[in-house]
Amino acid sequence: MRRILVLVKDTPDLSGIKIDPSSRRPILEGVKRKLGDLDKRALEAAIRVKESSGGEVVALSVGDEKTKTTILEALAMGADSAYVVGDETLGRLDAQATSMVLAAAIKRIGGYDLVILGELSLDTLSAQLGPRLSELLDLPQVTYARELRLLDGKVTAVRDLEDINEVVEAPLPSLVSVIREINEPRIPSLMNIMKAKKKPIILWRATDLGLRPEDVKAASSIEVLDVVAPEVKRKRIVIKAETAEEASAKLVEALASEGVLEGR
Amino acid sequence: MGGVLVFSEDRELARQLIGKAVELSVRLGGRASALTTGTGDDDLIRHGADMVYVASPPTGYAIEPYRALLLEAVRRESPDVILVGGTKRGKELAPRVAAALGAGYASDCLELGFDDSGRLLAKRLVYGGSSIASETWKGRPAVATAPPRAFQKLDPSDRKGEVVRLDIVLPESRLRVVESRPKRVSDAGLENASVIVSAGRGFKKREDLRLLEELAGVLGAKMGCTRPISADLGWMDQWVGISGKKVSPKLYIACGVSGTIQHAAGIRGSQMIVSINSDEAAGIHELSDYSVIGDIYSVLPALTKLLRERRAP
Repeated sequence: MRRILVLVKDTPDLSGIKIDPSSRRPILEGVKRKLGDLDKRALEAAIRVKESSGGEVVALSVGDEKTKTTILEALAMGADSAYVVGDETLGRLDAQATSMVLAAAIKRIGGYDLVILGELSLDTLSAQLGPRLSELLDLPQVTYARELRLLDGKVTAVRDLEDINEVVEAPLPSLVSVIREINEPRIPSLMNIMKAKKKPIILWRATDLGLRPEDVKAASSIEVLDVVAPEVKRKRIVIKAETAEEASAKLVEALASEGVLEGR
Repeated sequence: MGGVLVFSEDRELARQLIGKAVELSVRLGGRASALTTGTGDDDLIRHGADMVYVASPPTGYAIEPYRALLLEAVRRESPDVILVGGTKRGKELAPRVAAALGAGYASDCLELGFDDSGRLLAKRLVYGGSSIASETWKGRPAVATAPPRAFQKLDPSDRKGEVVRLDIVLPESRLRVVESRPKRVSDAGLENASVIVSAGRGFKKREDLRLLEELAGVLGAKMGCTRPISADLGWMDQWVGISGKKVSPKLYIACGVSGTIQHAAGIRGSQMIVSINSDEAAGIHELSDYSVIGDIYSVLPALTKLLRERRAP
């Protein structure tokens, strides 16, 4: 049977983040956490593959007890089961440590045809999990997918690059990262939300995957020293004039003296 | 050998990264080196590289051969920092190479430098672009990408550098390219555009977007829009904002854009922001260097005409 693994993440609701006016630091306490937008689209893509060619959709996340709400969202959308790898002894993991844990979990689950994930998560904006997992699992790396199909034992995707849309074919199993153009994710029905509570959620600790917590911690290679919301420093010069022609003339003069009207 | 190894398939971006590599190398006590495929070794040396690894260009652009080439250059050069151009291709290559090396990676660095205790420090956007994180690497090598125009290239000079050919057997790509479809010009490369004009809800009808097109034409600009124009109305493909494209042009002209927090996060990286909006109280003015208080339906044609006359000899 086809098995599609989808990586999902518990992400803070960005519209709920306030900035402390004195320290200029974002306040994350009390911010609702939810399934990330691109995670939903990755899940939607997996569910559509299942709907057209059969199989099962398995959601996988690094997290803890709190991640459960997010996982229930994924199950309500249509994942058949979920795995959460969590360990309070691990603390905050960076992308390298996270990819180490996920690679071990993916190997343990096994038997998959596709690993699908969002190109990036909006909180960290780092877009490295897909490429890292391709490397660790030695999987063909199909990034920036805006269309995805499974046909004749191969995956076909349209990759959205700067200047071209590239249609590629890759053997199974492959790893696919999706961008927001891939689809519009479904909103789960009330009935599916109820059903989700009966679906299996398997919790693993690092040691269940044969990983030693100290090795996972040591794999963290990036330290975040500070996060600050910078103040907007703009000139805020207002141009008002009697006519559009006068206003335009003032603007062009200003832009010319700023040197931004010439080529690259 | 230490220092900074640079790679980008975008030559102009490679030059900019070498500018930064030269600066960092002084402090790191190494040299600025670069990898290029095909040609360009002279050019990269003129822009500051002391050492250039030249490989024959693989057919097409696939990740496996470029991964192999970059890892080979890393093996020979042993850099402290590997700096890759933050194009989409660069941003799928750099973390892949970081994983192969067991190294930490910071994407889309707006700044790279050293803190007071001499640690290598990256500044990059997080939380949808609303905040800037300062990050450091716990080990070496450090892998990073940087977007176009984050760093400045050096003026070219007649200088000498070493050139070494990389002749290794390249792995085949496991991806087969079936077709390559060029994008419509207006849709391509918003992230890398140096001038962007964008439309907001001030545009009343789809046909009116021709006013924006004409301005874009005379400025050589790419066109963007706000989320409602794209996601709700479907008038254009790509929107700029927290959930859309994050842009960093030299000049961003927001036309009939109200200036939501979501849009603000997408344009934060712009060097200069101009807004044209008849509503004096619109939030976009607070985000702008220059605000024209006026109706886009009269200002855009006037501005286009003026710029066209200015261009004409």
